[in-house]
Amino acid sequence: MINSPFVRKPASVQQVMLQVLLALVPGIAAYVWFFGAGILVQLTLASAAALAGEAAMLAIRGKPKALFLSDLSAIVTAWLIALTFPPIVPWWLTVTATLLAIVVVKQLYGGLGQNPFNPAMAAFCLMIVAYPALMSQWPAAGQLDFSSQLQLIFGGIRQVDAITGATPLDALRTALRAAANPDSQLHGLRASQLMDGPAYGMLGGKGGEWVALGFLLGGLWLLQRRIITWHIPGAFCLALAASAGLLWAVRPEGFASPVFHLASGGAMLGAFFILTDPVSGATTPRGKLLFAAGAGVLTFVIRAFGAYPDGVAFATLLMNLCVPLIDMNTQAPVFGHKKD
Amino acid sequence: MLRKLFKFHGGVKPQTHKAESTTQPIARVPLPERLVIPLHQAVGGHPRPLVAPGDKVFKGQRIGGADGSLSSAVHASTSGIVRDVAPALMPHTSGLTTLSVIIEPDGEDRWGELDKVNYRTTPPDELRDFLRDAGVVGLGGAVFPSYAKLKPGKEGRLKTLVINGAECEPFITCDDLLMRERADDMLKGIVAMRHMLQAEEVLIGIEDNKPEAVAAVQAAIAASGQSGIQAVAIPTRYPAGGAKQLIRVLTGIEVPHGRRSTDFGVQCFNVGTAYSIYEALEFGRPLISRVVTVAGNVDQPRNYEVLIGTPMDHVVRLSGARPDTDRYIMGGPMMGVRLPAFDVPVVKATNCILVGSPALFPPPPPEMPCIRCGECAKACPADLAPFEMYWFSRSKNFGKAQEYHLFDCIECGCCSFVCPSHIPLVDYFRFSKSEIWARERDKSSSDAARDRFEFKNFRQEREKQEKAEKLAAKAAATREKVAADNQAGTASPAAEAPDTAKPAAPSAEDTKRALIAAAMEKARQQKAQVAPKNTEQLSAETQADIDAIEARRAASAATPPTPDA
Amino acid sequence: MLTALLVMTAVALVLGALLGYASLKFKVEGDPLVEKIDAILPQTQCGQCGFPGCRPYATAIASGEADINQCPPGGEEGIRKLADLLGREFKSLSEEHGVEKPKSVAVIDENTCIGCTLCIQACPVDAIVGAAKQLHTVVAGECTGCELCVAPCPVDCIAMEPITETVDTWKWRYPVIQIKQAA
Repeated sequence: MINSPFVRKPASVQQVMLQVLLALVPGIAAYVWFFGAGILVQLTLASAAALAGEAAMLAIRGKPKALFLSDLSAIVTAWLIALTFPPIVPWWLTVTATLLAIVVVKQLYGGLGQNPFNPAMAAFCLMIVAYPALMSQWPAAGQLDFSSQLQLIFGGIRQVDAITGATPLDALRTALRAAANPDSQLHGLRASQLMDGPAYGMLGGKGGEWVALGFLLGGLWLLQRRIITWHIPGAFCLALAASAGLLWAVRPEGFASPVFHLASGGAMLGAFFILTDPVSGATTPRGKLLFAAGAGVLTFVIRAFGAYPDGVAFATLLMNLCVPLIDMNTQAPVFGHKKD
Repeated sequence: MLRKLFKFHGGVKPQTHKAESTTQPIARVPLPERLVIPLHQAVGGHPRPLVAPGDKVFKGQRIGGADGSLSSAVHASTSGIVRDVAPALMPHTSGLTTLSVIIEPDGEDRWGELDKVNYRTTPPDELRDFLRDAGVVGLGGAVFPSYAKLKPGKEGRLKTLVINGAECEPFITCDDLLMRERADDMLKGIVAMRHMLQAEEVLIGIEDNKPEAVAAVQAAIAASGQSGIQAVAIPTRYPAGGAKQLIRVLTGIEVPHGRRSTDFGVQCFNVGTAYSIYEALEFGRPLISRVVTVAGNVDQPRNYEVLIGTPMDHVVRLSGARPDTDRYIMGGPMMGVRLPAFDVPVVKATNCILVGSPALFPPPPPEMPCIRCGECAKACPADLAPFEMYWFSRSKNFGKAQEYHLFDCIECGCCSFVCPSHIPLVDYFRFSKSEIWARERDKSSSDAARDRFEFKNFRQEREKQEKAEKLAAKAAATREKVAADNQAGTASPAAEAPDTAKPAAPSAEDTKRALIAAAMEKARQQKAQVAPKNTEQLSAETQADIDAIEARRAASAATPPTPDA
Repeated sequence: MLTALLVMTAVALVLGALLGYASLKFKVEGDPLVEKIDAILPQTQCGQCGFPGCRPYATAIASGEADINQCPPGGEEGIRKLADLLGREFKSLSEEHGVEKPKSVAVIDENTCIGCTLCIQACPVDAIVGAAKQLHTVVAGECTGCELCVAPCPVDCIAMEPITETVDTWKWRYPVIQIKQAA
């Protein structure tokens, strides 16, 4: 029997997810423009794998398939996987990663709303540990045409090292480390000077900065639609910029600028689309600030001192672990119990 | 004059649907064939029935007397014959019955004798008793007996008297129309309440989607020449009409759950209550009717002045319910009560009969899992985290649910309204609350049973022990005495036991025999004077009975020949 | 070699001392298990389990003398809770001890009562008041519905009446979770 309230706002999980997908479109458009249409293939592959994995698990678990497949949450996970992976990883890697995300990280924990970890980021971490080489090969902007991308994705033989390099983040870190070495020919050069190569743009990596801008635009639209709140993107960007800025201010020759950190890698995607995943993130306003700030600092630490090309994925998972603790300790005082 | 208004957290803006029912004035309802007046209509004790089947009652005659420290009287809404005093279906989701007085109107609608009272000269306690017996309760929906709220706090005076004309629920317009049409009388009621509470200022909060009502009340205030009374238009946002939320908006004070607002110098009444207080004080008329909005799936939504006890379908018929009507809801669409039948009576809590249909209020889409999006927390006017409470209510982890302040929830429905997963959150909270109450009841009764059981065991044990001790003491005393007697040379214990005819031989057996003799003697004595218990307070009748029995016992004891006689 | 032995011995001694100290310091008074079991039992004190009251039954369960399915007033829910507490398998109520009935209270028919006090003596919670040759009455609020007063009554004037649901005791039901999609 239905009890009050008898009226409801026309909102649904499907609508929320649909708006998230729409918000990703500007970033994807920039991606295609600068890096070619290969990403579209990856997006399709990941979506198909996600739907297949979800459908199979729903069938096994005896849940209504049409209802849960149409909620679009699996597609969001799939797109995030495709967008965080290098666009030329072989097809089987994308498919395996997506299946891992959906079957193990999402459905085995109870499906929609139950997963303690962000499925896309968990898949990213698993894959980068399992296939570090494949996961570190990024083509520079405009380097590969669509057919060679297709060949790399579906072809068996890869001679990628010749045509791809590390991400600008990775490259700059390597260069900065080299610059710190007195024996290196790069010795003494500053980050701004090191960024003088063809891989770099005005702020971050060439092309990558425009993709980041696309995600920023989409994210702002989500903010305006009230799908997400300012807390997570705000705290993440601030913490990332602050921690990067601190070390950059102290030793500009050893570290990249905060702007570079914000405009590179998965920072914008993470700030607006990954960390804002409500299921695995903190929920209280203060908790969101803590959660995202922690992720920002961790991202910087991993980027600056770690061995992986980007830190967003590991930072997200680490902060996911802290969510129950954060939520429990940041409950806001309720009506009438506030201390003015 | 502009006042600084405050905000409460959250809230939602559902479609108001108020214009439909405000086009026409409040209408009267013809007398129904019968009135079913539940005795228990307000918060507090169940009133006792004061009439019996066959009695003739006048309009306004008390038919249910207030019982207990918090209870409110109930009156006949019209003159007629009491047909029955029996359980009848009540306007409640449970579909349970409650003791009701069923009156067949005689059509004369004749008032009985009415007592008026001058509130300025009557002592406050008497005034409160008067209002209790006039059955005045809060008409905003909570039906809390008003007399109990008309006590100023510890200081003996109040800072602010808040009058609630916000009426934030969609569809409902009964307060709106009342303020438009009867602002002057309502204001007189407010002045009386202000006098009783010794309130410094009066703030009448009205949502700004009711400009006519605001204007009417402001005009009435100006005409009355009263100072310190102000009608304040507040932003339209559900649930601005919740007492706590309205107090917050007007004064900035947050009254926590479980605290009295008078402790904070504020008290809040509904505009309808103010009007019925005026009626009671000015004319002595008890609360026997109220304004009810009929809206929803009807041809002509409208407000009616309805006698308490009128079957709802009798009222709805006047507005013309559409054929696809599938349910009545008492109250609005956000907090209203789904009713078990169409012919349940209008009661004091009925501010609106919302006629529903599957098209108007479609069933929610299938429930999806919670994705912790936090929309509910954003919408909650009590600053709660509904999704956390839902999580623990669902798993029946009630202790945890309470840690997240389950009982601060006012069940306004905002969380269910916004939930993208269509989870009936409020239903989970209602379930948890009633389950917790039931468990507390069970626990206190089983604790009481355990205590009483343990005490009974303890008492029996104690009695046994006392008896044993007494016996032991007696035995010891007798033994000593016998021993003393033996020493003195009196071999025979004849003095104590004259019925032992045989003289005892001076042997080792003496002591034992003497003991037996003593015991027998004691038993005989006891028999002779049975000590009656509980005889301190006996009525003359019982005393006579006892005397008769004693006489018989004495006679029977005398008749049989005793062996030693 | 010798050092290792000495160290291990020392560690063993220290830990042993700590444990010994802890067992004294945190000694648990009474038997908390009996308390916990007793808290689950309904305190009807009816004796249907074969023990004179709920606490003796709790003691018997704790010591393993009695099974957990001997309490009809506690019903299935009670057995489930006991099973949870003791980590045992759920069993259905043992038939020889009775059947689960709705909670009731005893009501004395005032026209028939002869004032014999037998029910007063039988009542485990002193919920019947009255004196010899005077009408007895049940204090409904204290009655546990144990039925122990029914049998002793020489004139059969005590009836068990099930407690009816009122608005005050009515409970909201658990919201139905839609598992299957609406067609």
